[in-house]
Amino acid sequence: MSMHFTILGRVDTMARPLRLPLAGGEVRAGFPSPADDYVEIELDLIAHLIKNPSATFFLRAKGTSMEGDGIKDNALLIVDRSINPQPGHIVIMSVDGELTCKKLSMMGSRPYLVASNPEFKPISLTGHDCHNWGVATHSIQPLAPGFTV
Amino acid sequence: MIALVDCNNFYVSCERVFNPRLEGKAVGVMSNNDGCVVARSQEIKSLGVAMGMPAHQIDPHIRRQCTLLSSNYALYGDMSSRVTDVLSQHTPHVDVYSIDESFLSFEGFEPETLEERCQVMRHQVRRDTGIPVSVGLSTSKTLAKIANHRAKKESVFNGVAMMDPNSSDTRAFLEKLPVNEIWGVAGRSAARLHTLGIENAWQLRTASPKHLRRHFSVVMERQVYELRGESCISLDDMSQPKKQIMVSRSFGRLTTDKTDLREALRVHASRAGEKLRRQNGLAQALMVFVHTNRFRQDLPSYSRRLVIPLPHPTDDSRELIKAAMAGLERIFKKDIWYQKCGIMLMDLCDHDNEQLGLLEEPISDEKRARNEKLMATLDKLNREHGKNTVRLGMPRKQNAWELRCEHRTPRYTTRWEELAVAKT
Repeated sequence: MSMHFTILGRVDTMARPLRLPLAGGEVRAGFPSPADDYVEIELDLIAHLIKNPSATFFLRAKGTSMEGDGIKDNALLIVDRSINPQPGHIVIMSVDGELTCKKLSMMGSRPYLVASNPEFKPISLTGHDCHNWGVATHSIQPLAPGFTV
Repeated sequence: MIALVDCNNFYVSCERVFNPRLEGKAVGVMSNNDGCVVARSQEIKSLGVAMGMPAHQIDPHIRRQCTLLSSNYALYGDMSSRVTDVLSQHTPHVDVYSIDESFLSFEGFEPETLEERCQVMRHQVRRDTGIPVSVGLSTSKTLAKIANHRAKKESVFNGVAMMDPNSSDTRAFLEKLPVNEIWGVAGRSAARLHTLGIENAWQLRTASPKHLRRHFSVVMERQVYELRGESCISLDDMSQPKKQIMVSRSFGRLTTDKTDLREALRVHASRAGEKLRRQNGLAQALMVFVHTNRFRQDLPSYSRRLVIPLPHPTDDSRELIKAAMAGLERIFKKDIWYQKCGIMLMDLCDHDNEQLGLLEEPISDEKRARNEKLMATLDKLNREHGKNTVRLGMPRKQNAWELRCEHRTPRYTTRWEELAVAKT
C-alpha cells in the first residue's frame, strides 16, 4: 500500500502570524452560526494605504499645476520616501531648496519634472539643484462641503 | 559585534529635511525659551559658535550669517522614532541611548558582512527619513563609540567605521586619544588619571584593572576591559552627565496596565530628578518612551516617544513627574503589551546659568511649599466664591514669562495644520 503526499509548500517560519479576530460565536456541532460571518476587525485606512510607515510623510499640495493628475490645491499628499522614483511617478523633489510636486518624465534621455497643466513649463533636472525627496502615492481631497483633509 | 548609530547634527538635520534651503547654511537650534544654542550645523561650528553659547552673546556680524531656530521638540521626537524604526528592521537588539543615538547588537551576524550591512542600513535611514547617520562598529560599546567618532571625522570611512580591538591601527589611534575624550571619563577623572601617569586611551587599556578599581570605581575598571574589546558596561552605567540623563527599565512581565506604566514613570522621573540635582543641573525638556517586546512577533508591536519641552529649566522632581504623566497620556494606547518604559532628561544646563524668565527667581523648597499653599487657597476661594474672584496679576497672552519659541518651525509631522508644503 502506498500513500501519496502533495507538497503544499514550505512552512514559512519567518512570516509574522496574521492577527485574526477572536471568534465571537459559540462553537456548536452541526451547522455554523450565521453570525460568524460578521466577526470582522475594523478597517484601518492608514494601514491599507501606507506600506512603510516610518518612511511615509503627509504633505500639503499648494498650487494648480497638477490638477490634471488629480491633485487639487490644498490636497493631502501621502508621500513614501522609500520608493525609488521612476519615470511616470508623481514625485516630490527639492528644486533649488523648495519642495515641489511634479511628474517625473524622460524627454529623450534627459529627466524632467512635468506639470499636468500645459501652462507650466517642464523643469529640467540638470539645470537646477534637485534632490529626490519621495514619491507621492495618494492624493486625498474633500468632496463634500464642510469637510477638510 | 556592537554598533553605535549616531545621527549627524540631529536637530539641524530634522529641520533640513523639511526646509532644504537650510542645506549648506550655518544653522543653530536654541534651547527652549530661545536661550542658548543646543545644536549646531557643521557650518555654524566653523563660524566659531560654541555649544551652549547664549544666543545674545553671538557676535552680531556672525549672527547675521546664521539661521537660529527655536527647538521643535515635536518634530525631533517623531523623527527619532522613525530612525529607530528603520534600525529595528536590521536587528531586533536596539537600545536607545539618547534622542539621536542607539546601540545595536549584531550578535550572531558574520563580522565580515557587517560593514556592508551597516552601509545598507545607513543609506536606508537617509532615504526613508532624510537623516544622515554615522555608524561605529566594534566588540565593545566604548570602542564602538570611538569608532563612531572616527566615522564622523574621517571621510575615508564613508560613514561606517569598524575598529578591530587588536589591530595595530586601533593601537595607534588609542595612543593618540586623550583619556578625557573617552566616553564616560569626565574631566575630574581624567585629571586623576594623569596623576597616575595615564594620559591616553592605550595607557588606560594596558593599566591594571584592579589598581584602577581601587583608585576610581568599578566603572573605570570595566572601561579598561571595554577598551580591550570586551563588552561589560551596561548603558545605565554610562550616562553623559552633561548632556542628558536617562532612566528606564523593562517590566518584569509584560503589562497592558496604564497604572503600571504610570507608577514606573513616576519612579523613573524622581530618580532622574535626583541624578540631575546631584550634578547641579537643570533640564529643559523631557522625553517619555514606551515600547513592546520586539521579539514577541505574536503580539502587536508598538513604540512611541514624545518630547515635552519644560516651561522653564527645572530640577524639581514634581515638575518632571507632571511632564512625564502628561506625556504618557498622549502616547498610551490600550490593549498593548508594554515591555519597557523610560524617561530622558534632555538639553541640560548648569544651575548657575539658569535663564530666569522676567519676574522669575530661583525657587527654594520652602518657598515652593508656600506657593503651593497659596495656590490651594486661591483655588478654594475661586471655587467657593465663583470663578475669577481672585486672579494672579493680569493673565493675558504673550506674557513675557510664557515659553518663548518665536523661531520655531512648523510641527511638520505631528499637526495636520502645519504639514510641509509641496508646490504643485
